[in-house]
Amino acid sequence: MKCFVGIDLGSTTTKAVILDENCHIMGRGITNSRSNYDVACQVAKTEAYIDARFGLLKRNIKDANTKEALFHALERAFRYEQYLEQSKRFIDELKALVGIARYADDFDVLSDFLAWFEDQNLAYGRALFLGDRSPKSDFFRDLVGSCYNQKAADYSKQTQCSFDMLLGLFDKSIIKVENQSLELGFEANIRSAFHTVSTQAEDPELFAAIEKVIAEELHEVCVVGTGYGRQRLPFPKEQIRSEILCHGLGAHFMFPNTRTVLDIGGQDTKAIQVDGKGIVTSFQMNDRCAAGCGRYLGYIAEEMNLALQELGPLANSAAKAIKINSTCTVFAGAELRDRLSDGQKREEILLGLHRAIIYRALSLLARSGGINDEFTFTGGVAKNEAALNSLKELVWENYGREITINVAPDSIFTGAIGAAIFALREVNAHVVGAA
Amino acid sequence: MTQKDQSMEIQKEMIAKHFTELGKAATEKHKKVVYTFVPGNLTELILSFDLLPVLPEINALQNGMRKRSGGYITDAEKSGHSEDVCTYVKCDVGMMKGGNVGPTGEPLPKPDLLLLSYTGCFVFMKWFEILQQEYNCPVVMLHIPYQSDGAPTANMQAYIVNQLREKVIPALETCSGKKFNPARLSELLALSARAEEDFVWVLESAKHKPSPIDAYFGGVYYIGPIFTFFRGTEEAVEYYRVLRKEVEERLAQQLGPVTPDGTMPKEKFRLVVEGPPNWTSFREFWKMFYDEGAVVVASSYTKVGGIYDQGFRHDPEKPLETLADYCLGCYTNLNLPSRVELLEKYIKEYDADGFVINSVKSCNSFSAGQLLILRELEKRTGRAGGFIESDLVDPRYFSASNLKNRLESYFQMLEQKREKAAL
Amino acid sequence: MSTVQTMSHPIIERCEQLYEDLSLNYVRDQTNATGRKAFGFMPVYFPREIVYASGLLPVGLMGAGDLLEIIKGDAYFQSYICHIPRSTVEMGLSGHLDCLSGMAFPAICDVIRNLSGMWKIMFPQKESIYFDVPQNFDPQIGGHYLVEELKQLAVRMSKISGKPVTHEALHAAIALYNTHREWVMKCYAQRSKKPWEVPTSELYLLMRAGLILDVQEHIEMMKAYLESVADLDRKPMDNARVVLTGSFCEQPPIGLIRSLERAGCYIVDDDWVLIHRWIKQAIPTQGDPFQNLADAYLKHSMDAPFKYQPERKGHQLKQCFIENRAAGVLFCAPSFCDPALLDRPMIQKFMEAEGIPYTSFKYAENTGQYQVIKEQAGTFSDSLKLWGEA
Repeated sequence: MKCFVGIDLGSTTTKAVILDENCHIMGRGITNSRSNYDVACQVAKTEAYIDARFGLLKRNIKDANTKEALFHALERAFRYEQYLEQSKRFIDELKALVGIARYADDFDVLSDFLAWFEDQNLAYGRALFLGDRSPKSDFFRDLVGSCYNQKAADYSKQTQCSFDMLLGLFDKSIIKVENQSLELGFEANIRSAFHTVSTQAEDPELFAAIEKVIAEELHEVCVVGTGYGRQRLPFPKEQIRSEILCHGLGAHFMFPNTRTVLDIGGQDTKAIQVDGKGIVTSFQMNDRCAAGCGRYLGYIAEEMNLALQELGPLANSAAKAIKINSTCTVFAGAELRDRLSDGQKREEILLGLHRAIIYRALSLLARSGGINDEFTFTGGVAKNEAALNSLKELVWENYGREITINVAPDSIFTGAIGAAIFALREVNAHVVGAA
Repeated sequence: MTQKDQSMEIQKEMIAKHFTELGKAATEKHKKVVYTFVPGNLTELILSFDLLPVLPEINALQNGMRKRSGGYITDAEKSGHSEDVCTYVKCDVGMMKGGNVGPTGEPLPKPDLLLLSYTGCFVFMKWFEILQQEYNCPVVMLHIPYQSDGAPTANMQAYIVNQLREKVIPALETCSGKKFNPARLSELLALSARAEEDFVWVLESAKHKPSPIDAYFGGVYYIGPIFTFFRGTEEAVEYYRVLRKEVEERLAQQLGPVTPDGTMPKEKFRLVVEGPPNWTSFREFWKMFYDEGAVVVASSYTKVGGIYDQGFRHDPEKPLETLADYCLGCYTNLNLPSRVELLEKYIKEYDADGFVINSVKSCNSFSAGQLLILRELEKRTGRAGGFIESDLVDPRYFSASNLKNRLESYFQMLEQKREKAAL
Repeated sequence: MSTVQTMSHPIIERCEQLYEDLSLNYVRDQTNATGRKAFGFMPVYFPREIVYASGLLPVGLMGAGDLLEIIKGDAYFQSYICHIPRSTVEMGLSGHLDCLSGMAFPAICDVIRNLSGMWKIMFPQKESIYFDVPQNFDPQIGGHYLVEELKQLAVRMSKISGKPVTHEALHAAIALYNTHREWVMKCYAQRSKKPWEVPTSELYLLMRAGLILDVQEHIEMMKAYLESVADLDRKPMDNARVVLTGSFCEQPPIGLIRSLERAGCYIVDDDWVLIHRWIKQAIPTQGDPFQNLADAYLKHSMDAPFKYQPERKGHQLKQCFIENRAAGVLFCAPSFCDPALLDRPMIQKFMEAEGIPYTSFKYAENTGQYQVIKEQAGTFSDSLKLWGEA
């Protein structure tokens, strides 16, 4: 099969999307961006191919929708295999590190910890992927990190072994694991995953389908990169597109009636106007100040000692918003402390902060030519309900209730989708638009 | 530049000679010195008294290009100047506090007179008040009213001529010890008009495709003599004659503009640019355009020292009135609607694919209202505008990756629009 | 730390309502009831006498403070530009100012100057005037120019009102504003004499009301206010007397003004709403009224950072400091305000040479946090008191 890949190298996450030649999405992959962009790009792509093959698998099974539970279990078993593979690398790194001269004095205690952690981590992984719990993150770093942290804390309590030293080991080793390209592909893990959930005798159809999908050749015809780090992608210049163009086209693909796009990402906010074919007619990006983008929320979460995902729901629980005037990230922190010390309610302040971001975005939209129907909201912040609600309220208030507001569940892939469409067009210049 | 044109060499020599003269004035005091500004500069009048002009804006931008401005600005901020205000002023104050060594390394003379030609920029007034406090020297104000309703009025012209006659000329007489010589002034103004003729021809050569010049990044070199110390001199006339000849040759050979990396191979985008350039990373900034095949065919910045391509010429027959009209007509003295009209005209007459606004933090005279200019121009011309932000000489306000990101997006947008139009 | 007596005062309550009413309902009522049209102007100086003489109601606008959430206004201004043009554009675009037949933008800086042209583009059906005052103060030069400009202005006002500006009408308007000025001066003098009796936040709101109300109504209001405070028996506090400068255009939010008082400062003079006192003395009501207005500007107007002043910089502030028996100076300027911030180092140099204590800070009209400024002003006032006792 012919595949067309789009990669969006963002400041916090890297996304990959694979299209088939009919411009249908085959697979999506995401990973955390890291110091090594090549690896981030490789990992996202691998993930997208795995996703694509799982998709093919479903297409090869009759009544696939009646077998949701089985697929789900298979996928988790697959993730478990990946987890094991990565854990093995991670533990190897840890062991190698403990062997160096610097840790000679602590060698025994550290080795003891590692042996214990290895067991504990296996149990943790099993519970995570094969049990009832569901993983809180897609990223190995986060998952193994949460296990390691807890175990290191327990261990240091029992043994007087320095917690900081244990954390230091983690940081050094995880970077190495993250920056290695691991073979975590479909073929390497799918068979053992299958045997975890079923047998050939029990599920001959699935077994056969797996073998068929393994044998299927996915031919990568063209890759186009975009995103903040696109200059660092190992691509020739003609295979790189600006994120503005990709977001415009991606939004048009998801919602063909889109005329205005707002993307609030980690490092910047973009307001884009597109025509009926998804071609950008004008755009604005936030000025040099970082206020009003995702980072602002990250900063506020840190200030309030909350996880980023907790902000939206908390803000949404407020009965009213407190007006926050500071458009500057740093000042907003000060204003926040000021208001907290004045005894104002945390959730109301938070809602005010969310509104402040949306105000900035609306100004940017106004600069780019206003909001035209339909209006598509993308980027990481689109997942935040408080931000979305504030946006809806203010858009309807300022531009009328007839404006349709689109938010796609996978809007984080907008840029990568656009890039993949460019990849497809690169090859077939006559394919215009999503249709 | 890989290829040194004769005109470039001539200009370099002119500037070197002028700074040597200034160095001499600093040490030997052989001539008196008048500080003044580029917009509304009265160079012919100053030269008619045999006085030497110094332009603090030029020192600041030269210091920017030579990477000295950052230090000067922080020095000025440490001494109590706000981080919010114009960095030309702070660069100048920092240079002065550091011993007043000019951008060429030669000492700069102290002013014998500050000629505050208050034209198109509020900061000028404060700038010379600050210098006056520092140098404790005479200062003379020439207030140029703003063309608020889109045209100069008789009252404005009379007011300026009155000030020239009653204030500026007497101050120059006192400074130089010489009587005002109207005949001499007229001679110099006649030379100005000759240089202006060739200068306008060069600017308008950009109407050809491909354009033989870049009217912004190259343009800042072309405006050099006529906007600074040399208007009204034989050297300036010669410079523009040679420049015109060079451009004529390029035109005959269908060559594109000269860039630091040689002649631009292919003209891909024709642009109009509004706003001053950034000086601290001038080459890097320029490269972001020519690497993409973008040529600037007209710009407003090359009109700050006077708008000549709309018909104005210095008129030796009416020396004071012509100086008044010149001052009134500088670009930053135009109101917003007039600026929009001029830019619209450029976009259409030079057949530009789009326009870029470089909004500089320092210069509210330029920047306040540029976002409205952007929308108006898009509306009136149907061509796409790009908006970028930087500063004149504050290196802290130049983010190369940010600018590149935006410009690249902008150029790709132009290309996509063009592809669509071709379908 | 001391607290300000904040007992409500009916006159000040009315003033606060006017201050908060961004839709200018007072002006709307006036125009609806009498058919009299209204004309707006930005800070600082605009010859209201001419507007008034033409039969129009002059309305002073000083931004929207922290009362308006800015969306449309922000779309037109980069982050390094001050706040007042944003809220002014926001008010214009959202219809708050549609009761005004036009707007004047006095010459104080490039941002307000360019706003005059923006207004022409955004509101083509309304008159937009940039009012350029001479920076040459010679009656034969700048004076001549100004007289002509004032006459032109009168013609433009008449076009809107349909009523010519006669010498008689202009003399009468000048006389009325002379009376107004007298009462404004009385209010300021009373505050300086007994700042506990006339709290700054009240005086401020009272003066802001003078930008909206018809001049006669405002004169009556000031009279009534001064009479009433004499009976209130407010008690003096242990505050430091300071002169505030730098806020002639974009205004601090009222909350910030109150915070300064709460921080222990008696503000005994300021440059807020400067237009009421811009001309320092009565303008003659005989002869050519245009000439009289021009002369008053040339010879008897205040010093300010937007007025060319090559010499004696800071002398007016020093005089004010002495006359008001102040102990220190607060430089209180809006962020990105060219005139105030470019002037500041020069004035501060002079203050240092004169041994006058000062402190400086910046704000925006919609500043939401006062804590840092309050802290700073409190420390400053404490140190002034310690100095005073030593």
